[in-house]
Amino acid sequence: MRLGEGFVHFLRAAYARAYVRIVGSFREPVWLISDAVLPAVGMCAFVLLYRALGAPASFEALAVLGGILSAFWINVLWGMGTQLYWEKQQGQLQLYFVSPVSRMAILTGMAVGGVLATTLRSVAGILLGFGVLGVRVPAFDVGLLAVVFLVSMAALYALGMILSSAFLLFGREAWHVSNALQEPVYFMSGLYFPLRTLGAAAWALAGIVPLGLGVDAMRQVLLGEAAHGLAPVPVETAILAGMAVILLIVARLMLAHLENLSKREGRLAQRWQ
Amino acid sequence: MPSASRAPAVLTHDLRRTYRASRGGGEVSALAGVDVRIERGEIFGLLGPNGAGKTTFIKILTTLLFPTGGEARVVGFDVVRESQEVRRRIGLVSGGESSGYGILTVRECLWMFAQYYGVPSRIAWPRADELIAIVGLEEQAHSRINRLSTGQRQRMNFARAFVSDPEVLFLDEPTLGMDVNAARKLRDYVARWVREREGRTVLLTTHYMAEAEQLCDRVAIIDRGRVLACDSTPALRRQVQGGQHVELEVRGAGPELDLALLSGVQAVWGAPHPERGTRTLKFRLPVGEVLGEVLRGLEAQRVQVDSVSTRETTLEDVFIAIVGRGLEETEAPS
Repeated sequence: MRLGEGFVHFLRAAYARAYVRIVGSFREPVWLISDAVLPAVGMCAFVLLYRALGAPASFEALAVLGGILSAFWINVLWGMGTQLYWEKQQGQLQLYFVSPVSRMAILTGMAVGGVLATTLRSVAGILLGFGVLGVRVPAFDVGLLAVVFLVSMAALYALGMILSSAFLLFGREAWHVSNALQEPVYFMSGLYFPLRTLGAAAWALAGIVPLGLGVDAMRQVLLGEAAHGLAPVPVETAILAGMAVILLIVARLMLAHLENLSKREGRLAQRWQ
Repeated sequence: MPSASRAPAVLTHDLRRTYRASRGGGEVSALAGVDVRIERGEIFGLLGPNGAGKTTFIKILTTLLFPTGGEARVVGFDVVRESQEVRRRIGLVSGGESSGYGILTVRECLWMFAQYYGVPSRIAWPRADELIAIVGLEEQAHSRINRLSTGQRQRMNFARAFVSDPEVLFLDEPTLGMDVNAARKLRDYVARWVREREGRTVLLTTHYMAEAEQLCDRVAIIDRGRVLACDSTPALRRQVQGGQHVELEVRGAGPELDLALLSGVQAVWGAPHPERGTRTLKFRLPVGEVLGEVLRGLEAQRVQVDSVSTRETTLEDVFIAIVGRGLEETEAPS
């Protein structure tokens, strides 16, 4: 197969896998509640708390952005991390392994579909935060925000690809691990407060989960100095881009290792094992 | 080594696979040196009891599992070193599997799998429609998969294997869970598909002897990881002809019944009759042996015979003669 044909095949497969997610977001409205409305409720609590305490208005915007982005972390955990394990239980993983499709195309489709579907759902958080609660932000560079958002999502979903392989190895523990990771990452990423508040530990935490740096950079684009950023936006964006590349490579290696293990042991693609 | 274009559909040599035992640290042999050659254009059946090695064999050929010894090639490509070439040319249906996402429609699901095989959408959509008609799911074409019945879903899985127009199709218990009419239609389609599309090959494993008998050009009987016989069904039948095939419906047979005491025959148990409380005892009565001797042997063990019937040699008889037990039979009733 020529390189061009291989790339077209990759795109077709990724599109087909992403299609499932995008279609799903329209066909199952109940997912909107669990993935967008519920995280937005937490966001409302922080906005009202900051308002009651008389904190600067920028803190309210900071909490709204955190609330919106928390939906992406939920999607990474439950829509990426546990996905391959779920596919295995459904008997689907075996069909991927027996087809000539690039395994990374499947993960890319899952990630792109997840980002698009969650972006659509995050409209609920935007409406609630900026519409119902009346939180305001000064004029900002929309193009720069889009770039930072995309780079952050690339790094975050690359981490999700790694988790999907790792969780497959964990087997039934995947659900517990996902549960265990949900809340701590909200804290580690400074979703509802400036990451800089944590001092030196902030950099260590930002190096573990890309969400923290992404949130920090996007806040700075929206709020400028009032965001109390950790480092300048170009620096954070460059670090995120680097993380995305490294995490993608690790994800690819892990998936290849996993498939190899599956063929050696004869169990991973098998249901109920 | 034959080139890929002229190579047999499947060629294995001394194919072996062992698994680590879950307890005790030993090894369990699933395949103990399998040599099979399947020509292009054949429908080849693989028959064996549970644990015989059929699924392991198919998993190796479909690149899902590494062999631990020997060699396997599919359309000339090594399943380990050239697995990607193999995958482009094969399709797999496992009975009882539930492929696809419940949120997609039947049509969308078939299209999705076609994309994984690199089939352009302009070909994939009409092909999906054609396959939907073949498996009789026209009314469900735009229904979500999670609203299909088990049988409908199984038919969709069957259609899925054809979306890439594979050169070699692996059907592992494909009609499991299907109603009789649907299963018959799908068997007819498989036969037509192989006949009409030059060079297409099917490797079928099934528990339904009649299915293997109706479809397969050749059948391999496998047990404990070894191929015990491999030939066309008429040739296999000839191997065990001579004498009568007898089926007795008996009652009162307890676990103490000693089949070895039955005069000169190797008998196996069939499934129990749920309403009559009887069970079928099957055996071939060699030439020169007298049925009365067997009946007396049963009477001596206080077994009541309700009915006696004799018939022509079937593939099941061949299977029993070679393996020593039936597909459905494992041990004496308790």
